[in-house]
Amino acid sequence: MLKVSIYRYNPETDKAPYMQDYELDTQGKDLMVLDVLELLKAGDPTLSFRRSCREGVCGSDGMNISGRNGLACTTPLSVAAPKGKLVLRPLPGLPVIRDLVVDMEQFYEQYRKIEPYLQNDTPAPAIERLQSPEEREKLDGLYECILCACCSTACPSFWWNPDKFIGPAGLLQAYRFLADSRDTATDERLSKLDDPFSVFRCHGIQNCVNVCPKGLNPTRAIGHIRNMLLTRAV
Amino acid sequence: MDMVTTITSFGRSGTFDWLYQRVSAVVLATYTLFIVGFIFLSDDFSYQTWSALFEQRWMRVFTLVALLATVVHAWIGLWSVVTDYITNRMMGPKATAIRVVVEVLLAAVAVFYTVWGIEILWGV
Repeated sequence: MLKVSIYRYNPETDKAPYMQDYELDTQGKDLMVLDVLELLKAGDPTLSFRRSCREGVCGSDGMNISGRNGLACTTPLSVAAPKGKLVLRPLPGLPVIRDLVVDMEQFYEQYRKIEPYLQNDTPAPAIERLQSPEEREKLDGLYECILCACCSTACPSFWWNPDKFIGPAGLLQAYRFLADSRDTATDERLSKLDDPFSVFRCHGIQNCVNVCPKGLNPTRAIGHIRNMLLTRAV
Repeated sequence: MDMVTTITSFGRSGTFDWLYQRVSAVVLATYTLFIVGFIFLSDDFSYQTWSALFEQRWMRVFTLVALLATVVHAWIGLWSVVTDYITNRMMGPKATAIRVVVEVLLAAVAVFYTVWGIEILWGV
C-alpha cells in the first residue's frame, strides 16, 4: 500500500491548511504521481489540483513532490516515494487558492515584465526574418521552458521578493530574447534589468537548475545576462 | 514596466553593486593573505616587526583600502539581507521603519570604524 500525505486547504471551510493521509493500492505499478492523484480524486472528489496534458508539456501540474518541486505527470513513484510514502504540497511561496492549486499571478507578473515577445524596429521583410543555424542554436535550452513555475518557487530570493526579483523562469526568458539575433531591443531590455533586484537577487544557488523538469539551466542564462550588463557598464 | 528603484543600495545599480562586491572581496582576500603570510613567514615576529610594518605609508594605505573594502562589502551584503527579510511583505508596514533604523545603524558603524581605523593607522 502506498501512503500518501496531501496538503489540503479550502479557504471557504477550513481555518488553516492541514495534511490529509490517504492509502492507495498501486498493484505494484510504478505510477506517475499524477496517476495517483487521479485515482485518489476518484474516491475523494473534493481533492483539487491542476492538470492538463499529462505528459510534461503544458506545465499545469507543478507541485512540491516529497520535498522537491516537479511535474506530477512526469515524476514516477520510484523517484517520488521510493519507501512507499508520498508527500504532496503546493508550489512553495505562492498564495494557495485551494489544496494543490496556487495563485500564479506573481509569477506571471514577473514574466510580463521581461516583455516576452520579439521586438524589432527595422522594416519587416517580405517573407520572414531569417536566422543562421548558429544564431538559432543560441536559443536552444531557452525556448523549451513551459512556465510551470517549479524553478521560481524553489528559489528563496523569489520567496522573499516575488514582487521585485524576476525569478529564474522570467530571467531564462529574458535571456531568450536578449540572445535572439532578430531582436533589436537588447539595450532597452538590459536597462530594465540593471537594478539591484531584478537580476542581482540571484545568488547562484542553483535550486532552479536542480528542479527544472525540462532539464534547463536558468543560472547559466542569468550569468549570461549579468555578463551582458557588465560588458555594457564597464 | 519600470525597473525596481532603490535609493539605499550602495551604487543604486545592481551591476555596480555586484562589481564592487567582487572587487572588495578580492581586496579583502589579498589583505588577509598578506597579513596571515606576514605573521607566519617573518623570522622574528615581534612588536618591532609589526610596528615597523605599519610605519610604512604603503601599509597604512593598503590597510585603509582594506578597511574601506570592508565597509563597501558589508553594506552591499547586509543591505541585501535586510531587504530580503525586513520587508513589508514579511512583516507589514512597520518593516520600513525597522529597515531604515537598521540601515542607519549600519551606516553609523561603518563611519565609526572608518574614522577609528584612520586614527589608529596614522596615530601610532
